[in-house]
Amino acid sequence: MTYSLKNVPWHILVFLLPGFVIYTLFSALPLLDTMILSFFRDSSLGREFIGLANYQHVLTDPNMSAEFWNALWNNVKFFLIHVFVQNPIGLLLAALLSLKDLRGARTYRTLIFMPTLLSVVIIGFIWQLILSPLWGVSTTIMGAVGLEGWFQPWLGKESSALITLALISVWQFVGIPMMLIYASLLAIPDELLDAAYVDGASPMRIFWQIKLPLILPTLGLVTILTFIGNFNAFDLIYAVKGALAGPNFSTDILGTYFYRTFFGFQSNLGSPTLGATVATLMFLIILAGVMVYFYIVQRRLHRYPM
Amino acid sequence: MTFKTQLASAIMLGLMGLSAQAGELTIESWRVDDKALWEEHIIPTFNKTHPDIKIKFAPTAPTEYNASLNTRLSGGTAGDLITCRPFDISLELFTKGQLTDLSQLEGIKNFSDVAKSAWQTDDGKATFCMPMASVIHGFFYNQDIFKELELAVPNTEEEFFAVLEKLKGSKYTPIALGTNDGWETHQTVYTNIGPNYWKGEEGRKQLVEKKAKLTDPQFVAPYTQMAKWSAYMGNGYQSQTYGDSQNLFALGRAAIYPGGSWDIAYFNTNAEGMKYGAFKPPVAKAGDKCYISDHTDIGMGINPASKNVKEAEAFLNWLASAEFAELYTNKVSGFFSLSNHSINVTDPVAAEMVSWRKQCDSTIRLNAQVLNRGKDDLETAFWNAGQAVVNVTAKPEEAAAKVQAILDK
Repeated sequence: MTYSLKNVPWHILVFLLPGFVIYTLFSALPLLDTMILSFFRDSSLGREFIGLANYQHVLTDPNMSAEFWNALWNNVKFFLIHVFVQNPIGLLLAALLSLKDLRGARTYRTLIFMPTLLSVVIIGFIWQLILSPLWGVSTTIMGAVGLEGWFQPWLGKESSALITLALISVWQFVGIPMMLIYASLLAIPDELLDAAYVDGASPMRIFWQIKLPLILPTLGLVTILTFIGNFNAFDLIYAVKGALAGPNFSTDILGTYFYRTFFGFQSNLGSPTLGATVATLMFLIILAGVMVYFYIVQRRLHRYPM
Repeated sequence: MTFKTQLASAIMLGLMGLSAQAGELTIESWRVDDKALWEEHIIPTFNKTHPDIKIKFAPTAPTEYNASLNTRLSGGTAGDLITCRPFDISLELFTKGQLTDLSQLEGIKNFSDVAKSAWQTDDGKATFCMPMASVIHGFFYNQDIFKELELAVPNTEEEFFAVLEKLKGSKYTPIALGTNDGWETHQTVYTNIGPNYWKGEEGRKQLVEKKAKLTDPQFVAPYTQMAKWSAYMGNGYQSQTYGDSQNLFALGRAAIYPGGSWDIAYFNTNAEGMKYGAFKPPVAKAGDKCYISDHTDIGMGINPASKNVKEAEAFLNWLASAEFAELYTNKVSGFFSLSNHSINVTDPVAAEMVSWRKQCDSTIRLNAQVLNRGKDDLETAFWNAGQAVVNVTAKPEEAAAKVQAILDK
């Protein structure tokens, strides 16, 4: 058989084309352009090629690198809080929701998912008001149960601002892992569970030894989505603490660091080329994380046919 | 006409509609608070003498202004008239060719060298913004609270802390100040109380000429005083914003508000009926010479890319007139015109503040001139230092040393 134009699977190409074009135009090319931009510098002569000097500046200049590593470390903490607070709570909520005889499950599901739909600006504003030492309800509510002395201006202290913001973010987004895990819990065939029940397995054992292994791929997916989301995060910090991410950069994450580098802040003029460098570094960090997940974690996950 | 050419001409017409008409000027500014004043008073007064020039006042939030203006200037979408920050920020725009040289403009003759110095090249040959106004730093106090607790306005540091100590025992918050936003601790506190320690211009020039360091006693001392303030600030001041502080004072819940004359307009509109006055930063000993921060804060220049340069020049010449000086000083209370015309300040608090010029020596904000140049953000470092000192997370010496390290580079 010889190859001819007739044998080319035109329909597949045609169907792929719109997605390919849109992705290339609006995602791949800008990404490539950003990377190229990071090798240049703006000078009075125009844009000049300087190789890796921008990277050297970001990673070794005492002031810039201190802020960069600080932002990266804060970002890691921000991510860890999500992994160890948001996802277990999501799992717990999903497990509770999938209980057969839970009354009002739909109402709970909607209510818990609701904050996810709200704008981050609104979330930031509401929580800033709730936690405000001057006008907030926290002192009153805590006073009602005799805990008034425990109130602290959490959003304003270096030691607690980042944790508080991470928990606000967890509160907002806990609905997403809950929904994903809930969906995969519902997909487990009843026969499997019935068989286990007949064999005399307790509900706890059913959860840990049958349900959990079956939803592990979903948990992995949730973790990697959280990782990507957290390392791209910017909006909540910006809405609550501004681009300066105070006090003393204690809530600064890569997104806000990028913003200050690219757009500038107060007397500091922004630099598109240094900004592109930071953006590329962020991309590489996320890429590394995703690769670790795909090559090491996901290969070991066993998918059971259901 | 075919459908295609119809469509094309419709699009062309639409695009022309979007671009500004000849003779219409757009003003870029960070004074969001003054939008109504411009639209209701300043622009209508200008149009009485120049009815054919239309003006649009398009402000951006203060913390966003520099970044977004830069983006718009580079992208070619900025307005015709650019409100200028003082010193290096505008100087950088001028060196990049994004502001026009105004040295030959008629109106520029109405300003003193000191007024112009904020918007000149280092050699003083080119002036690129028409000076508009300066702001004076100081303290506001609630007169009713002071009367109720029988307190006298403090002149010395000792008296100041005695007043704070008495206020601490009352139901009022002694100082309305928060550290959430950061900038207040530098711009309205450090550069407010500091000049008394570093002797105004004398100390500032030493710093510029690198004859002094921030770790020297005269620059650490203001931080030492600020560290003592935390005991007198409201509960949870670490997450109190600038807006919170303004509210706290406007509602009569706090007795003293460290700020600047630009706050007068806010209190006059949002705290009607509240009786308040102003006092200058207390000096160390009675009889000491006093220094105030009298900061050349705001000017206006022309975007070289503007299509309406003639109209823009006409507007700037009007900005230099006695009519504008009178209007701006008294309508936008707390911004004092920099022109040589003698203006009668009608607002009592603004008049009190401007009278300090006669009693004390004036200086500008410490790091506004020359020092901010460079890749690192000195201004942010100062904010963080002030914040850390008031939050008691850093010792005054440590905070000063950290900023000096950036200055040394």
